[in-house]
Formats: sequence, structure tokens, C-alpha cells
Amino acid sequence: MIPPGYFFILSVVLFVLGIIAFFFKRDLITQFMAIEIMLNAANLAFLALARSSNFVDAQVIVFFIITVAAAEAAIGLAIVLLIFRKKKTIKTETLNSMKG
Amino acid sequence: MAILLFFLFAAFAVGSVLGMIISRNQAYSALFLVVAFASLGGLFGLLGAPFMAVVQIIIYAGAIMVLFIFVIMMIHLREGISAEKKKWTIAAAVFMGIILLAEIVFAIKGAPAVPMIGQEMAGTSPTEIGRLLFTKYLYPFEITSILIIAALVGAVVLIKKREGE
Amino acid sequence: MTDVFWLIPFAPVLSSLVLVLFGSKLSKKWVSVQACGAVLLSFVFALVAFLGSLKISPEEFPIVKTLFPWIGAGSFQAGFSFQFDPLSAVMVLVVTGVGFLIHLYSVGYMAHDKGYTRYFAYLNLFTFAMLILVLASNMVLMFVGWEGVGLCSYLLIGFWFEKPSAAAAGKKAFIVNRIGDMGFILGLLFILVAVGSSEFSAINKAIGQGLFPQALATLIAILLFVGATGKSAQIPLYVWLPDAMEGPTPVSALIHAATMVTAGVYMVARLNLLFTFSGTAADIVALVGALTAVFAATMALTQNDIKRVLAYSTISQLGYMFIGCGVGAYAAGVFHLYTHAFFKSLLFLSAGSVIHALSGQQDMRKMGGLRKYLPRTFPPFLIGAIAISGIPFLSGFFSKDAILTEAFAQGQYFVWALGLTGAVMTAFYMFRLIFLTFYGQERIEHEAKHHLHESPKSMTVPLAILAVFSVIAGYVGLPAVLGEKADLFKRFLEPVIKPGTEGHIGAGTEWLLMLASVAVAAVGIFGAYVFYLQKPGIPHTLVARFPWLYKLLYNKYFVDEIYGAVIINPLVKGSDWVYGHFDLKVIDGALNASASATGFFGKVLSFVQTGFVKDYALVFLLGAVIFLGVLLF
Repeated sequence: MIPPGYFFILSVVLFVLGIIAFFFKRDLITQFMAIEIMLNAANLAFLALARSSNFVDAQVIVFFIITVAAAEAAIGLAIVLLIFRKKKTIKTETLNSMKG
Repeated sequence: MAILLFFLFAAFAVGSVLGMIISRNQAYSALFLVVAFASLGGLFGLLGAPFMAVVQIIIYAGAIMVLFIFVIMMIHLREGISAEKKKWTIAAAVFMGIILLAEIVFAIKGAPAVPMIGQEMAGTSPTEIGRLLFTKYLYPFEITSILIIAALVGAVVLIKKREGE
Repeated sequence: MTDVFWLIPFAPVLSSLVLVLFGSKLSKKWVSVQACGAVLLSFVFALVAFLGSLKISPEEFPIVKTLFPWIGAGSFQAGFSFQFDPLSAVMVLVVTGVGFLIHLYSVGYMAHDKGYTRYFAYLNLFTFAMLILVLASNMVLMFVGWEGVGLCSYLLIGFWFEKPSAAAAGKKAFIVNRIGDMGFILGLLFILVAVGSSEFSAINKAIGQGLFPQALATLIAILLFVGATGKSAQIPLYVWLPDAMEGPTPVSALIHAATMVTAGVYMVARLNLLFTFSGTAADIVALVGALTAVFAATMALTQNDIKRVLAYSTISQLGYMFIGCGVGAYAAGVFHLYTHAFFKSLLFLSAGSVIHALSGQQDMRKMGGLRKYLPRTFPPFLIGAIAISGIPFLSGFFSKDAILTEAFAQGQYFVWALGLTGAVMTAFYMFRLIFLTFYGQERIEHEAKHHLHESPKSMTVPLAILAVFSVIAGYVGLPAVLGEKADLFKRFLEPVIKPGTEGHIGAGTEWLLMLASVAVAAVGIFGAYVFYLQKPGIPHTLVARFPWLYKLLYNKYFVDEIYGAVIINPLVKGSDWVYGHFDLKVIDGALNASASATGFFGKVLSFVQTGFVKDYALVFLLGAVIFLGVLLF
């Protein structure tokens, strides 16, 4: 008998850890990984909600989130590769051509 | 019993995420993340969503992270990348993160009480999910399939080397 | 038959539109035929309407036809409606008839001008505007025509706009007219307040019912008369007319002799009930008219430009028309308008023929002895001069005499005396012109003499026609001594101009007055003969004896200079000052300030866009925190 509150708090903690990870790292790939962490945290929250409110639709939402995240990861990584090809680096501090 | 499992998985999840943050090597970070996803999968199982748990492990830990590792290998950075130099950015982020945490916790505490999650109830079977997918959520389902094809084609097109490059 | 009257204005405006839109693609021949044909069509309609009106009994006038409702704003209504009555008949016949002859003349005169099509477009447009003015049944529509003719006058005076003097003259005409228009508008507004409608029939009814006090009527009449002084070149707003001679001569003939300048007279005649009711206003009209008549005539005595003489003459003759209206003889005033249209346009067109023959020379000091070279121009010119001088048996005599007789009969002796003085001068300067141009020794420049030739038929035929009318047109208005019913013109106008309290003088007095007019005319002509033919040295001697007088007259009493110094210069300087201090600094400054402020803020804000994803993410996070915070608390 686990109080659903625990799951929610865990989800929030993971989310915030993902945010901190995003700001901690300086290269594109790990920042992208941080985003995935955040998505998963959200998934966790959804499932907790599904179980506690007896609302199965939330699981379907999680299903979609995972799918979309996969697609997004594919494209995102393809772009990272392209950037690497062009600039020979993936350090985000060098990527500021959108300035101004 | 369930609580113990919960705390175990939770500890693994948070721990591996912390490890991912601290680690300098990108490959290590990726591997840490795999552990995190696996423990999340376990948590999903605890929540009575066995289908989701399996999907999580296969797709997230199995496919997406593998993709990440492939890309890391292709980029093949010799030296590791250290953490963010600008301290104030980290401080600001951590600070705001904690505030966010506090806000959401507050929000959750204020929410109406929800029944405990018990283990007597059977987990949601794939049948139920399937039924929902093909009736109520048919439209998003089909669109998602188009999305996946688009991502597939897009990724290939993006990566293709042009002639003479 | 009369019902066709509302069609009168439309052929010219359609022709003008076609010329404006497609003129460049039309051949010169087509343009001539179309433009003249349009006015001819209007004349035909006018004639038909006039003939039809002869059969209509006086009580039915005016016949009003509303084309469409036009303005309807609460209690202020004005329909686009025309009215037809004897006064309108006279005006439209003059405008379209004389207008047609002038269009015909222009075909020859403007044949070599590169703005040929533009000229006829403007001329047709003018005809349309003038017709609107005289056919309007309410003052608002009349004002539309009023402004329209002012615009066309500007366009036509400044026709050769590359010439700076012409452009300036056009501007001057328009601006001075505008000042007069202010009076017109104020008068119109008062009428609307007092009567509630600007329809002429409503105004006349209101006066009949005693709806407004005499003081108000006087005020309105004076304000409207101010407008008339602007349009009809009376003191103090006459200064634009001499300058207007910069325009082509046919324009001077049409606009500044026969039609546009008579609009003021028409307006006063149309509102005769108002002016009569006011009394004071009518006296002012007569006085201003008389003063202008003499004033302008004195200036005509010394001018050397043939067209300028005629311009001052026009101002003077318009003064006579206002004398007629002012003393209560509105019919006489309109009668003079009608005869003057013929002989003045004749004089202008003949002058144009002379100028054309001399390849553009307008200075009379460089003419002389042209009698033998211009056999088809000289006779009409002479007839015109005789007519305007008031020699018996020609039209000018009958109309001028009618005015002066009535002035005397009404007891306005001062006005009458001024009129008589003007008549002497009129005869004098007119024949001075004739003698200097056509008689005496030849002072023509060699180049001009080489090209000296008579004008083409398209120019001389209208001259002949106008000459004929200058002779016979007066016979519809014979003086009373020749029979009570002899004044057909006045009887024709009775539905509009009710016979009022006319002065009564005996037949003997009337004969005496006529004799006086003829005598002064003879004196004038004889004087001109002596001064310029018999003893040509006399003018020089006089100038030497009275140099200051000559200077005063020659420089038009320095009125233009006075206006310039007292009114125009201060205005211009004031405007410049305001422009420098207010327009440039405040308005432009505010505009520029807002622009630079926007730029400044843009620069400031652009610091946010560093190009780094992490910075953007930080802002995201901040936003999310704040948003949640607000939501929760």
C-alpha cells in the first residue's frame, strides 16, 4: 500500500534533477539525455495518476509519450550528428549563431 | 513489501541520475541512464502497468539508449567534457529547481486525497490498453504512426551525405 | 419640352471624362469635334428648354427636378436638384451659346499647343461646373458649382504651368477666390440656421413670411456678397483678374468675361428678395459696384498690355452689373450680364486674333496700323468697342442705360454720377486701345511683321457671330420711353425678379439721361481720338506734368504691393516661423523620437538573445517557476 504521493514526489524530484542535469552539462548529447529524464519523470506521474484514480486512459498517454520521445530522439540525434559534421564540436557554448 | 520495493527502485533511479550528472564520460552517463530507465521500469510494474513497464525497458532502455550510445561512439570525443564552468548558471538553475520542487510539492499536498495504491487489484492488461487504443484513441494512434515514418525518413534524409561532400 | 433642362450639364462632363481618361489616344480632330459637340448639345438642350418655358405660365416657376437625394444628415438636407426658370434660361443660354463659340475659336487658337487635349478637358469641365452653378436649386449644390469653376479657373489660368508667372497667377486666383468663399460659406450657414434649408424657394418663402429679422438678412446678404466680390472681382478681391490674363485668351474670354465672373451677379440676382428685404446690403452692393467701376476704369487708362486693358474693363463692367442689382434693377443687371457676355468675349477673342497674328505680341506699344492687315479681325473688334462704350443702337447702350436710368430713378445720385464717370473712361480707354492697335503709325517689330497673317476661319467665324449678337442682343430690352411693354427681357424675368418699387421718372428725364450717357461716350471717344491720333504728343505731356498720377495709375494704385506687405508677407513669415518651431521640432520631433525609442528598446532587448540554448532554457525555467507560483499563490 504505497501512497501515491510518494510516486508524485519521486517524479518531481527526477524532473528537477533532469533540469539540473541540463544546466550542468556542456555538450549536446548529455543535455539531450537530460531531456529524456524529464520525459520519464512525467511518465511516472501519469502512471501513478492512472493507478490511483483508476483511469486507464493515462496509460495510453504514456504509450504515446514514449513513442513520440523515440521519434524525437531519432531526429534530434541526427541533427546533433549534422552539427558535429559542420562545426566539429558539440560544445553548446560555441553554438551561438542565432545571436541577436 | 511493496514499499520496500518502491524505495529500492527509487533509490536506484535517483542514484543513477545523480551519477549521470556527475560523470564526465559520456558513455558512462549513458550507461547510468540505462540503469535509471530500468529502475523506472520496475516502478511502472509496481504501479500495476506491466505492459508499460515492458515497453519502457524495450524501447527506452533498449532502443533509445542504444541509439544514444551509437551516436556517442560516432562522435568519438577523446577527452571528456567537464561540467559547466560558469558557477552562477548552475547556482541559478539549482536554486530555481529547488523552488520548482517546493512549488510542486506544495501543489501535490494540497490536492484532494487519493486512494492508496494497493496490490490487490490486477495490473492493467494489454487487452485493455489495446481496446482503448483502437477505439477512443484511434486518431492519435494513426497520426503517431505517420509521425514515426516521418521521423524515420527524416533521420535518413538528414544524415545522408550529399554527392561530393 | 422644358423637362429636358436637367440634361443640359451632362454632355460636357462626359466629354471631359473621356478626354481625361483616353485623351492621349484620341486624334486632335476627334478631340475638337467631341469637345465642341458636347457644348453644342448642351446648347441645343438649353434652347429646347427655353422655348418650352415660353409657353409656361409664370406661377409654375421654378420647375425643380431632383436627380438624387445626395445629402441627408438629420435636419440638414440637400438634394442634387436643378431648377429651371427664366433666370436659369438666360444663364444657360449664355453659358452654352457663348461657350460653344469659344470652344470653336479655341480649335484654331490652340491648334499648335501641345496641351490641346488637356485644354479641352478643362474647358468642358468648366462648362459643366458653371452649368451646375446656374441650374442648382439650392445653395449647397450651387456652391459645388462655385468651387468647381474656381478650380477650373485655376487649372486654366495656370494652363502653361511651366511659366512661373502663369503658375503664380493661377494660385493667386484660387486663393483670393477662397477668401471670398469664406463669406459665402458663412452666409450659407446662417441661411441654414435661419431657414432650415438652402433651397432657393424655401429662402424666398421664408422672407415672404417674415421669418427672419432684417438685421440677419443684412448680415447674410453682406457675407454672400463678400463671396461675390471674390468670384466677380470687385473691391477688395479683384486683384486676381488682371493676373489671370496669363491664361490662354479664349480662357480669358470664357471665364473672365462671359461666365465665371458673372456668377456673383447671378447669385445676387437669384437672391434678389433677400437683398431687397435687407435694403442696407443692396446699398452696399451698389456702392461697391460703383466704386469698382470707376476704380478699375482708371487703371485701364494706362495699361499697355491689350489683355490687361480688357481685364480691367471687365472688372469695371461687373461693377455696373452690381450697380444694377444694388439699386433694385436686378433685371437690368442681368441684362447687362447678357449683353456684356457677347461684346466682352468678342473683344477678348478679337484681341486673341490680333495676338495670334502678331505671333504672341501683346504690348500695344508694339502695334499700330493693323487695320489693313487684319480685315476680318478689325470690324468685329470695332463693333465690340462701340458696343461697350454705350453707343446707341448697339447692345451695350441699352443695358448700361437701363442701369444708370434706374440708379437715377431710385435717387442714388452718387452712384449714378460714378457710373457716368466710368462710362466716359470706358469709351476713352476702349478707343485708345482701338487707335493704338489698328490706326496710327506702325510700330510692329520686324520679326512679327514678317509672319503677320489673318487668323483662320475657325477663329474669325465666331468673331463674326459674336459681333452680330453684340449689335442685336440689346433689342430685347428696350427702354420704357419707347413703350411700356418694350422691355421684353425684364418681363421675361418677372417670375424670378418681381417688379418692385421702381423709381418713377418722367419720359423727359429719361430721354435726358439717355442723352447724357451718349454724350459722355462721345466725349470719351473724341478724347481718345485727340490723344492718340490727332496729337499723339498729349499723353507724354500729361505724364510729364503729372508723373505721380501716372505712376499711381500705372502701378494699379500699388494695391497688390499693399496686400503683399500687409497680409501676405506677415502670413508667409508667420507660417515659416510656425513651420520651423512647431512643425519641424514638435511634430517631426515626436515622430522621430518614437522611432528612435523603438530602436533603442530593440537594442536593449536584443541582449536577451545571446544565441545560447542554455540561456534560453534558464529563462524558460524562470518563467515556469513564476507561472506556477502565480497559479498556486
